[in-house]
Amino acid sequence: MFSSTPREKRRRKIERIAAVTCFLFTMLLVVPVLAILTYLVVRAWPALSLDFILENPQNLMQSGGIWAPLVGTFCLVWLTLAISAPIGILAGIYLNEYARDNWFTRVVSLAVVNLAGVPSIVHALFGFGAFVLTLGMGKSLLAASCTMSVMTLPVIITSTREALAAVPISFRMACWNMGATRWQTIRTIVLPNSMSGILTGVILQISRTAGETAPILFTGVVFYAPVAESGFASILPYSVDQPFMAMSMHLFTLMTQVRGVSEEMQYATAVALVGLILLISGGAIGLRTWLRNHRRW
Amino acid sequence: MNSCTHIQFDHLTVHYGERIALQDVSFTIPRHAITAIIGPANAGKTTLLKCINRTIDFESTARWNGSVYVNQVDVMHKKCDCIDLRRRIGMVFPLPVGLPLSVYENVAYTPRRAGMKSSPELDALVEDCLRQAMLWDEVKDRLQHLGTRLSGGQQQRLTLARALSHRPEILCLDEFSIAIDPVTTMKIEDILREMKKTTTIVLVTNLVQQARRLSDTTAFLSSGRLVETGETEQVFEHSANELTRRYVCGEFG
Amino acid sequence: MRLPESDIQPPRSARKRWAMDLGESSIEMLIRLCGWSSILFVLMIFFFVFREAFPLIGNSEFSFKEFFTSINWRPTSEIRETYGVLAMIVGTLSVTGLSMLFAVPLGLGAAVFLSEFCTGHVKETLKIVIELLAAIPSVVWGFIGYMVVGPLVVEWTDAAIGVNLLTSSILLALMSVPVIVSVGEDSLKAVPDSFREASVALGANRWETIYKVLFPAAKNGLLAAVLLGVGRAIGETMAVLMATGHSTRIPHSLVDPIRTLTATIASEMGEVSRGSTHYQVLFLIGVLLFAMTFLVNLIADLVVRGIRKNG
Repeated sequence: MFSSTPREKRRRKIERIAAVTCFLFTMLLVVPVLAILTYLVVRAWPALSLDFILENPQNLMQSGGIWAPLVGTFCLVWLTLAISAPIGILAGIYLNEYARDNWFTRVVSLAVVNLAGVPSIVHALFGFGAFVLTLGMGKSLLAASCTMSVMTLPVIITSTREALAAVPISFRMACWNMGATRWQTIRTIVLPNSMSGILTGVILQISRTAGETAPILFTGVVFYAPVAESGFASILPYSVDQPFMAMSMHLFTLMTQVRGVSEEMQYATAVALVGLILLISGGAIGLRTWLRNHRRW
Repeated sequence: MNSCTHIQFDHLTVHYGERIALQDVSFTIPRHAITAIIGPANAGKTTLLKCINRTIDFESTARWNGSVYVNQVDVMHKKCDCIDLRRRIGMVFPLPVGLPLSVYENVAYTPRRAGMKSSPELDALVEDCLRQAMLWDEVKDRLQHLGTRLSGGQQQRLTLARALSHRPEILCLDEFSIAIDPVTTMKIEDILREMKKTTTIVLVTNLVQQARRLSDTTAFLSSGRLVETGETEQVFEHSANELTRRYVCGEFG
Repeated sequence: MRLPESDIQPPRSARKRWAMDLGESSIEMLIRLCGWSSILFVLMIFFFVFREAFPLIGNSEFSFKEFFTSINWRPTSEIRETYGVLAMIVGTLSVTGLSMLFAVPLGLGAAVFLSEFCTGHVKETLKIVIELLAAIPSVVWGFIGYMVVGPLVVEWTDAAIGVNLLTSSILLALMSVPVIVSVGEDSLKAVPDSFREASVALGANRWETIYKVLFPAAKNGLLAAVLLGVGRAIGETMAVLMATGHSTRIPHSLVDPIRTLTATIASEMGEVSRGSTHYQVLFLIGVLLFAMTFLVNLIADLVVRGIRKNG
C-alpha cells in the first residue's frame, strides 16, 4: 500500500539512529556511575562493619571508625535545619501566597536563584567574614550551621513554593469568601495539604547539608575532634561554640591530609557517606512518590 | 436611601488592567427579597458579587471607582473591615469547591474561625446547614469523609451549606445550578423562597427562566453596563429597553 | 417545604478581634521579613566578601593589572610575592568548557530520551537515578576522580599523572549533567502537545519533530539548562580541589594538571593570616567568582523568563 521510497527509508533510518543515540547517551550517564558506585562498595567491603561506624577514629586516623564525624554531621544537619527550615518555609509562603506579581517579587526570586548559584566556596568566605569574625562565633558548630543555612536556604524555599503552588487556588478562594484571613487560610487549608511536599524539600536540604564540604571548611570543621565514649559528653558531643568533625570533611582528610590510611578505610568512608546521602534522598523521593498517589482532592 | 434598601451600588466602575468590567453601575438591592442579576457572558455579573464581599481584593489587576453600600456602609472604602463583611455574606460560586477537609469540618469551618469549639451546638449547626442545603440525608453517615470525594452536585450543595453556616444576612449565588441536577435545583429554589423572609438573596444566573421564577427584582447587565432594573414582572413583560426585551426572549446571549 | 427553624447562631464576629488582628499582622510581618531575607543574604554575601578584599585598593604590594594578566602565583615567595590568577582563570574556564563539551550532548540527549522516547516505569526509574546522581556529594566525586577515574585516564592516555584537566572535566560533566537533564526535560515537556501532533500530522517522524519543532520551541529552556550547568561547573570546589592536580600553569594538553579559582581559595584559606595581602587576594578571587556565577545565573534567569513570556 505504502511503498517505501529510498528517501522514506533514509528518514526512518535517521530516526532510528537518533533514538538509539539518545538512549546510549542516557546509558552513558547512568551505567558508569552505577558501575563506579558498585566498585566503591566492593573495595570498601572488607572494612565495613558495625564497629567501623561506632568507633572513633584512632591512631592518627589510621584505624578506628567514623563515629565522631558521623555524630558531627548529625549535629550540623539538625542545627542547620533548626535555623533555615523556619526561614525557608516562611519565605516560600511569602513568595507563593503574599507576594504580588511586580518587579520587587522578581528581585526576590532572582535573589533566591542567585543564592543557589553562588559557589559553595564563596559561601565559605562569607561565613568566615560574617559569622566567624564579625559576629565573633569563632570556628564553631554554630558558625558552620549558619553558613550552611544560608547556602541551603534556596533548596527549601523552592520546594516549599512548588508544594504550595500545587494546592488549587479555588480552595483559597472558598476560604476567603467565608471570611477567613490570609493566614487562617494558609494555616487551615494550604499548609496541611502541602506538608508532605514541604517535608520533601526539608529532606533534600538535609541530604545537601550532610554532603557539602566547602562551606564548613573554614567556619567550623576540624580534622580531629573525637567525641567522648561515655558520660554526659557522649549525649551532647559537640557544643555549639566548639569545632566539630564531619563526614564529608573526614573523607577529604583521609584522602589528602594524613598518610598511611589504608585504601579500604578510605573506600569505606566514601561508601558510608554516599550511603547516608542516598538513604536520605531516597527517603525524599519515596515520600514524594507516595504523596503523588495520595492526593486529597 | 430608604430602610428596605440593603445593598446600594453607587456609580461603581471596575477595571481589570485595561479591560473595563463594570462601568458606572448604580442600582439598589432590596432587603429580604430575591434579586436576580442576569446578562450575557462577560457582562460583569461575577465582578459585581466580588465587590459586595470585597473578594475583588484578590484580583491583583483590579482597580475601582465609586461605592457599594451594604447597610449604608461603604464596603469599597479602604478602611472597611473585610473579614467582618465576608462573615455576614454567604457566597456560592459556580464551580463546586469541597475543601480537603471532612464534610463536617467543611461546614464547621467558618463557625470555628469565629471561635466556636466542638460542642453539641456546633453539631446541631452543621446538621441544620446540611439539611437546609438538602445534603443531610446523603451524607449523614459519612460526615468524617473527605469533602473533596463527594460528587460534583453534592459538593455544590456542600458549598451552599458552608455559605449558610455563618447565618449570613446576604446570600449570593453565582449560577449555583450549573453543577446540580434539575430536581435538586427545584428543591433549592424552594429553600431560597423560604429563606428570603430573613435573608437578602442575590442570584446571578444565565437561566432567564430561573430568574423569572424566583426573583422579586431583576437587574440586567450587558458589557459592564446596567441596562435595566426593576420589578421582575416589569422587566420581563414590559422591558423599557430593546436589548433587555431581546435578551429575555432568548434572542441573544 | 418548610425551612427548619433554628435558633442556633454562631458568634457573629470573632471574639477578641483585636487579638486576632494582632496575631494576623505579626505573622504576616514575619512572613514578609523571611521572604525578603534572600535579598538580604545575597547583599550580605557580596558585602562581607567584598569588605575583606577592599583594602587591596591602595595596597602597594598588589596590582590589579598583575592580578589579571600574570600567570605567576607566588603568595609565599621570600623575594617578591606575586598574585597572578590568569592561569587559574584559564584553568577554571578550560575545565568548565571541556566538561560542558561532555555534559551538554549527554545531558540534552538524555533529556530528549526521557521526554520523547521513553514512558512509564522506565522513565520514572531513570529520572530517579539521575536525581540520585545529583545528590552524590562533591567530595565523593573528588574521591572517585582521585581513586577510580584518574588511574583509568593514566592507563588509556599518555597522562603522567591521574589528576588532570581531563579527569576533572569528566567529573564536572557527571556532576552538572543532572541539572541539564532536569531543566532540559522540563522545557521540552513545556512545549504543548499540539505542536507534536501538528508536526506528526504533517508527516514528520519523531526525530524530525524533535529536531525541527521541539528544539526551536524549547531553545530558551535548553539554553538555560546549559547555563545552569556552566554555573555549577564554575563554582564547584571540592571535586576540582582533589582531581585537578593543583598546578598553576596554563594547560597545553588535555592531560595537563591545572588549578581553578575555587580550589585556590579552599586550599590556601586555612593557612593565611588575617589581613595579609594574600588573605585579601583570596577574598578578591571570591568576589571574582561571585561576579562570574551571578552573571551566568542572571542570564539564565532572563532566558527562562523569556520562555514564560513567549509561551
